Amino acid sequence: MSTELFHQPITALSAALEGKRLTAVELMQAVIARTKAVEPRVRAFNSSDEADALAQAAASDARRAAGTSLGVLDGIPIGFKDVIAVTGQPLTASSKMLANFVSPYDATVTQKLKRAGAVIWGRLNCDEFAMGSSTENSAFHTTGNPWDVTRVPGGSSGGSAAALAAGEAIATLGSDTGGSIRQPAALCGVVGLKPTYGLVSRFGLIAYASSLDQIGPFARTVEDAAIVLQAIAGHDERDSTSFNAAVPDYRSELGKRRGPWKLGIPKEYFAEGLSPEIGAAVEKAIAYYQAQGCEVKEVSLPHTQYCLDTYYIIATAEASSNLARFDGIRYGHRSAKAKDIVDLYFQSRAEGFGAEVKRRIILGTYVLSSGYYDAYYLRAQKVRTLIRQDFLNAYQEVDALITPTSPIPAFKIGEKSDPLAMYLCDIYTIGVNLAGLPAISVPCGFTSGHLPIGFQLIGQPFQEANLLAVAHAYEQGHDWKTKYPSL
Amino acid sequence: MNYEAVIGLEVHVQIKTRSKVFTRVPTGYGYEPNSLTDPVVLALPGALPVMNKAALDAIIKAGLLLGCEIAPVCKWDRKNYFYPDSPKNYQISQYDQPICLGGSVEIELPGSARNVMGEHTSVPLTRIHLEEDVGKLNHGASDSLVDYNRAGTPLMEIVSDPAMHTAEEAFAYLTSLRATMIYGGISDCDMEKGQLRCDANISIRPVGQTKLGTKVELKNLNSISFVRDGISHEIKRQMAVLERGGTIVQETRDYDGVAGTSQSLRSKEEAHDYRYFPDPDLMPVKVDEAWKNRLRAECPEMPFVKQRRFLEQYQLPYTLTSVLVWDRALADYFEVAANLCGKPQAAGNWITNDLLRELGNAKLELAASKVTPAHIAALVKLVEAGSVLTNAAKEIFVEMFATGDQPEVIADRRGLKAAPTDSGELEQWCRESIAANAKALTEFKAGKDSAINAFKGPVMKAAKGKANPKLVDETLRKLLAGM
Repeated sequence: MSTELFHQPITALSAALEGKRLTAVELMQAVIARTKAVEPRVRAFNSSDEADALAQAAASDARRAAGTSLGVLDGIPIGFKDVIAVTGQPLTASSKMLANFVSPYDATVTQKLKRAGAVIWGRLNCDEFAMGSSTENSAFHTTGNPWDVTRVPGGSSGGSAAALAAGEAIATLGSDTGGSIRQPAALCGVVGLKPTYGLVSRFGLIAYASSLDQIGPFARTVEDAAIVLQAIAGHDERDSTSFNAAVPDYRSELGKRRGPWKLGIPKEYFAEGLSPEIGAAVEKAIAYYQAQGCEVKEVSLPHTQYCLDTYYIIATAEASSNLARFDGIRYGHRSAKAKDIVDLYFQSRAEGFGAEVKRRIILGTYVLSSGYYDAYYLRAQKVRTLIRQDFLNAYQEVDALITPTSPIPAFKIGEKSDPLAMYLCDIYTIGVNLAGLPAISVPCGFTSGHLPIGFQLIGQPFQEANLLAVAHAYEQGHDWKTKYPSL
Repeated sequence: MNYEAVIGLEVHVQIKTRSKVFTRVPTGYGYEPNSLTDPVVLALPGALPVMNKAALDAIIKAGLLLGCEIAPVCKWDRKNYFYPDSPKNYQISQYDQPICLGGSVEIELPGSARNVMGEHTSVPLTRIHLEEDVGKLNHGASDSLVDYNRAGTPLMEIVSDPAMHTAEEAFAYLTSLRATMIYGGISDCDMEKGQLRCDANISIRPVGQTKLGTKVELKNLNSISFVRDGISHEIKRQMAVLERGGTIVQETRDYDGVAGTSQSLRSKEEAHDYRYFPDPDLMPVKVDEAWKNRLRAECPEMPFVKQRRFLEQYQLPYTLTSVLVWDRALADYFEVAANLCGKPQAAGNWITNDLLRELGNAKLELAASKVTPAHIAALVKLVEAGSVLTNAAKEIFVEMFATGDQPEVIADRRGLKAAPTDSGELEQWCRESIAANAKALTEFKAGKDSAINAFKGPVMKAAKGKANPKLVDETLRKLLAGM
């Protein structure tokens, strides 16, 4: 177990801060020093503002000294995926299109974390506009996996997973549209939670696919994830899709909900393409739950085979429209070569967007086109309903589902040049977004090559407290969280 | 060959709400460019729309006023197209499920004369839907600037069936629609401020043919008169094309109301594929009966209904009603005055002649008038009682308008009251007048009642204009009866 500050969970650091054994400035300095030391290899950050972070930390210390601490997150450095707006900070979506854009406003989650006293720290790399599974689609650089920097950290929130695993932040935020929190969490050996659609406000999150996007935390432990979720969840009148319901105290619920639970194993998720090492690790996790008295049974999600197609129709359709605003007129990249207004659109977008973003805009534009809408978009929406119903049917019998998070461990940078091969990385995570469900990736071991493995627990809508409790029960019996990459 | 025109109108009406349709930024006209903006209006990365319920209230009310079927759910779609006045490069609108379906606009065609009511018909509506307005482009010599102040203003699109056949009908349709919107408090419909904008779809076909001809869309019809003139111009243009043996091209044309000419903007080939799809950022909103009933209770009496009531209840002449009913405030004003004095026509005359004239001269709105319905009623009563004569009353009105003093006070102050004449003196003057006009006496006795008026002038002259005309009339009749 490491004694380094930057490797500690929020719970431990918060206790040290409260006990005056540590100041927020000391913690921030430790994180900054760590970042300086490892960042040349990890490359998790698009930008960071040390002076600003230290000033926030100093303000936190002042609050604690005055007895007005804002709580458990006061003084904890939290990194943000570079798709979440922070006033006065760059907001690039890892795209050339927004390379010079500075946000004039805060996302709702940013406001909430500021109110909780967290130190907003750094803008973390991702696949451009959150489109990808490896962070290789970033227009700026590819992030290295801290366990092996020649490998990808996963994506799209690869920078958020890598920064946390490398000790460059104490917790981070990502966004998950088809697995973009859970898959990099699995590949980097940290906890990653994708909340139920509507639990966390999307206001201030650069939209990729509006009906699928959710912001969620990366954390060292399930308890830390519960703490961050607590701070960011809840109804927001600035997001019409945010759900208006009371948010339970996730952290205290962890101890109260002890199972045993009925867990379902979707047979379609243990099929062809799953790495045997990952399959074995997940089987061991399942066996652990059984040993703890949980009932485990096989269930079927019969429409699983349509998830990938459905996702790439709905997500790209929404993306084609969501990304239309990046036109070089009001902000963002404007081509110097443009001759007239139409040319301005063509050139600015041709220069500003990368290949994967263009591919998805073109696909999305196509499926919405007159004459194709019914065959693709409308049909995909109907299939989406069936996919959700599969899950709800399963929940008639079980409390949660347990699956691998990713079919493969971290792969080599540049290894997957075929977009379709890359899309298959999200095969176990995509259905959850289509169904709007909460899911969490929890570390459950390593491959023979010392690469992290994670398993996924999928919960019922707005039952994050249960989901976290199930994950917490596993974590309590294992010490994967005490393993750190040697950087 | 004889042709028949077929006309359908697409009218955009800005809804009068305090804030924009998907954010809290205020709406407004004439503000510093781009001052009425925020991350949502400017479509900054991450910004999300949230529906303004007041805008939905307004359009449902409009639908109720026009007899539309109100959809049980308000659903939002994105209309995708690139243009610099559209910050998101899609417009939030309603595609396959407009909030209002069907309905109609009652119109009145011009009558045979100004004082004759014209034929009433009804123009069926296809739909009304809610959407957001776009910004405004200002083209300079070497660049174009965009002002997003207007962007996001709630906008209704009211689509009529292709059911009109003349420019006059279109004119009457817009007049009635505009009055309905103003009556309902839905919009001020100031066309100069772009609060009401109209595009016309026009085709012609030989009389008797049922198949529609090729339609041309006419844009930039900036006033109700331009709509009439533009349509009439386009009908003539199409006829001329056909007469020359040409064919009508489906296109959009821009009408220049000042020059009275039009030119092609774009042809059908350049038409967009808007790739409509449901907006995933906005949840559908249920509109239940209770919601509709609450709005129904707020719906005012419509102008034509009011006009029919005024004709019957107050026995007003048509011309008077046609002035009164189109302005809701004026009609309300009239009703108060009429009910206070019990003489609707007299009150109506004062309002439509004197009050509107004075307001016009002073460039004042009715609400700013110092003359209240009570003033009007008091003046009517003075005249009816014979306490003041018509000419004196006219003078009193002007002073009343300027000062807001009660008519009686003005009459006293200015010595304009008919003198309470001594009856002996009056009877003497009447005798003298009758004696001096044997011809009129003969005529009166022969049954010509109006001959009595000939005796009144000399009496008034003798009384220096201050005799009570009612008393004069009574005295003369009494004397004449005995002759």
